[in-house]
Amino acid sequence: MSHYLNHDYGIRSWLLTKDHKRIALLYLISATVMFMIGGIFALLVRLELLTPAGDLMQSETYNKMFTMHGIAMVFFFLIPAVPAVLGNFLVPMMIGARDLAFPRVNLLSWYIYTIGALFTLWAMISGGVDTGWTFYTPYSTAWSNTNVLVTGVGIFITGFSSILTGLNFIVTIHRMRAPGMTWFRLPLFIWAHYAASIIMILGTPVVAITILLLALERGLHLGIFDPALGGDPVLFQHLFWFYSHPAVYIMILPSMGVISELVACFSRKRVFGYSFIAFSSLTIALVGFLVWGHHMFVSSQSVYAGLVFSVLSFVVAVPSAVKVFNWTATLYKGTITFETPMIYAFGFIGLFTIGGLTGLFLASIGLDVHVHDTYFIVAHFHYIMVGGVIMGYLGGLHFWWPKITGRMYSEFWGRISAAIIFIGFNLTFFPQFILGYLGMPRRYHAYPEEFQVLNVMSTAGASILGVGYLIPLVYLFWSMRYGKPASDNPWGARGLEWTTPSPPPVENFPVTPVVTEEAYAYGTHGKESPVG
Amino acid sequence: MLSDLPLFPKQASSMAWQVDALYLFLVALSAVMSLLIAGLLLTFAVRYRAKSRADRSNAPEGNNTLEMIWTLIPLGIVMFIFTWGAGLYFHMARPPEDTMDVLVVGKRWMWKLQHLSGRREINELHVPVGRAVKLTMTSEDVIHSFFVPAFRVKMDVLPGRYSTVWFKPTRPGTYHLFCAEYCGTKHSQMIGSVVVMQPDDFQAWLGGDVSDLTPAQAGERLFNSLGCITCHNPGSGARGPALTGLFGRQVRLAGGSAATADEIYLRQSIEDPRAMQVEGFEPLMPTYRGMISEEGMLQIIEYIKTLGPGPSAGAAPSAAQPARGGGS
Repeated sequence: MSHYLNHDYGIRSWLLTKDHKRIALLYLISATVMFMIGGIFALLVRLELLTPAGDLMQSETYNKMFTMHGIAMVFFFLIPAVPAVLGNFLVPMMIGARDLAFPRVNLLSWYIYTIGALFTLWAMISGGVDTGWTFYTPYSTAWSNTNVLVTGVGIFITGFSSILTGLNFIVTIHRMRAPGMTWFRLPLFIWAHYAASIIMILGTPVVAITILLLALERGLHLGIFDPALGGDPVLFQHLFWFYSHPAVYIMILPSMGVISELVACFSRKRVFGYSFIAFSSLTIALVGFLVWGHHMFVSSQSVYAGLVFSVLSFVVAVPSAVKVFNWTATLYKGTITFETPMIYAFGFIGLFTIGGLTGLFLASIGLDVHVHDTYFIVAHFHYIMVGGVIMGYLGGLHFWWPKITGRMYSEFWGRISAAIIFIGFNLTFFPQFILGYLGMPRRYHAYPEEFQVLNVMSTAGASILGVGYLIPLVYLFWSMRYGKPASDNPWGARGLEWTTPSPPPVENFPVTPVVTEEAYAYGTHGKESPVG
Repeated sequence: MLSDLPLFPKQASSMAWQVDALYLFLVALSAVMSLLIAGLLLTFAVRYRAKSRADRSNAPEGNNTLEMIWTLIPLGIVMFIFTWGAGLYFHMARPPEDTMDVLVVGKRWMWKLQHLSGRREINELHVPVGRAVKLTMTSEDVIHSFFVPAFRVKMDVLPGRYSTVWFKPTRPGTYHLFCAEYCGTKHSQMIGSVVVMQPDDFQAWLGGDVSDLTPAQAGERLFNSLGCITCHNPGSGARGPALTGLFGRQVRLAGGSAATADEIYLRQSIEDPRAMQVEGFEPLMPTYRGMISEEGMLQIIEYIKTLGPGPSAGAAPSAAQPARGGGS
């Protein structure tokens, strides 16, 4: 049967494709490569921290390692992973469209991403960069003698792929829904991507401008941030976090969308409080723009500004909690099975709960003073960003793998690796909370001896985590050739994407679907197709 | 092995237990919430596993009352935490009246400190137990951050600005001093220690090295050698405003605005005089940007602080200095 993978062959048919499904796979390859590069840097960082003395590498090298780990992971994996891979594949399929609104722009966004990634990789290979992924001034503009400009150009370029993807999603969701697909019949995955897209198009231009200003100061000595040139170093932090805090929600919202789909499917039940989850996504996206100053509680910003940012940070925690409560309530009176994606969903809720609760410590302004810039914050944001995104991304990838490839992966290895990742993750990052409260600062190449035991635990966890990431890489690859052929709807899931063949035909749906029921109509009338 | 596994930092300042109280409250709250959610997940997962025959009739799809409850109760809880944390922060931001002041300059990769009595230190800070200490800090190059975990205080140290931090040590001992803001290659070596001593020991230590001028005396020398004194003399018809009793006062600027003469005002007036033109004076003063080191700037400011409200600036410093020096 002809489908999107076999209707055309050859490298050209991939590099010039306008099919959102193929572009999703292009993104899957690029993002996986960047994840592996970032992962190698992480492993080297953890190896160095096995002993208190900075004995594995020079401090210059160590500083480059954590910087490049952060840059590769944040800008080239965590931000694009779920929307550009799963979102690209699923947004049109879930709303019954043939493709995204602007297929050529979609391909362009992948090229922009790739060019940006190549720039950044070039910067890394030709000497690296040592400013931390946060590029704080005036260190980055006046003092660092590493490849700040080239790296900045790479991130600047990649930002446009994010803007284009966000724009494409918003227009597609507004204009291309199938007949009968009203806003409140949309899967929550779509709501989450819609909310994240708003942040992509409103926030990303700010980071682009910030990098441009940084480049102007570094390259042309225009005084913007460096006080020696008449600038203000704290201004950079405001601009940087105005994007980079909402960027956390670009990462986590799509992942939350995945979790809503998984929890509903494997409980065989409509998501509890559908509209509350949908609106909590929008609330998070909007309030998330107003909390950036909580990264600057000890930057000498005004006490009153600090209080406003503190209270808003607490407010933004509430819609996240609402989501967790609703997912939990969805399980009530469900018919629950524990396939790999559901293990990831449980893992997500666990890690996100710990990450969210420790966020309360950091939003508490008087307590943040102590834990700011320590391993406490390192642990917190890894729980939220990495725990959240990885669990959602891998959970989603397993869930839709049969649809994407037409093959089933090994359920046995799937469950094993999900459990290994969960255990490895907690062993890596939980000790870091304690380290942080003890006072170990982040970005330290060497540290006092009393911190060693906890660091050894963390490094041990990281090696387990590394193994956990490698296993899916192997069996997912293997399944593409040898996996059991997947049926159209192997999970008995609802949603338009499950009504077409696996893998889907080029045009997604042979006939434009007409939607006549709510999302997640589990148990209402068996496993019939919701297509009218 | 377990003795090598610390779980809680030393408490050595009046702030420490207050921060720890909020921390422990949040740890308890997090434990309760995590157990609640994990408990519900596990209970539902077991009870409603596909093979169980549990009753699934009337499964709810939503419940507005429940949504209200789990929106408003968490909102109430977080607002409670907010006020607690905000109160702490106010306390940290407001140093008490009678502090012992120390000047701090951060540079890659060391801490340079000077007591008002003149004694200098590098990467070490000696302070007496039971006395509130206030640091006025600036940086020569990039952003640093002054962090003493045992005191639960941290404040960024910025170039071109003055930030302050205060603490009241409660327990003698030697504690880590870290730079917490990444500042380049040897960031992890920009460390030192804070030595908290008994007051008598501290006085002995402070008197142990009297070779240095006090910051105010050094500031006065700079003030004279840079020629500031020619215009800023207290006599009538002076070309610059008199500095007597200036510190902390409101100053009327040309153009009608006003500014408080604090550290950053004085610094800006020295580096960019025309941006801070005082009402009634001609813009004659040249910029001194780049001519004064960070320590020199702090010393000049200390000198201006000592120019008390007395009638003659010349007499003021010698009269004011013992008072400040003796207070430390």
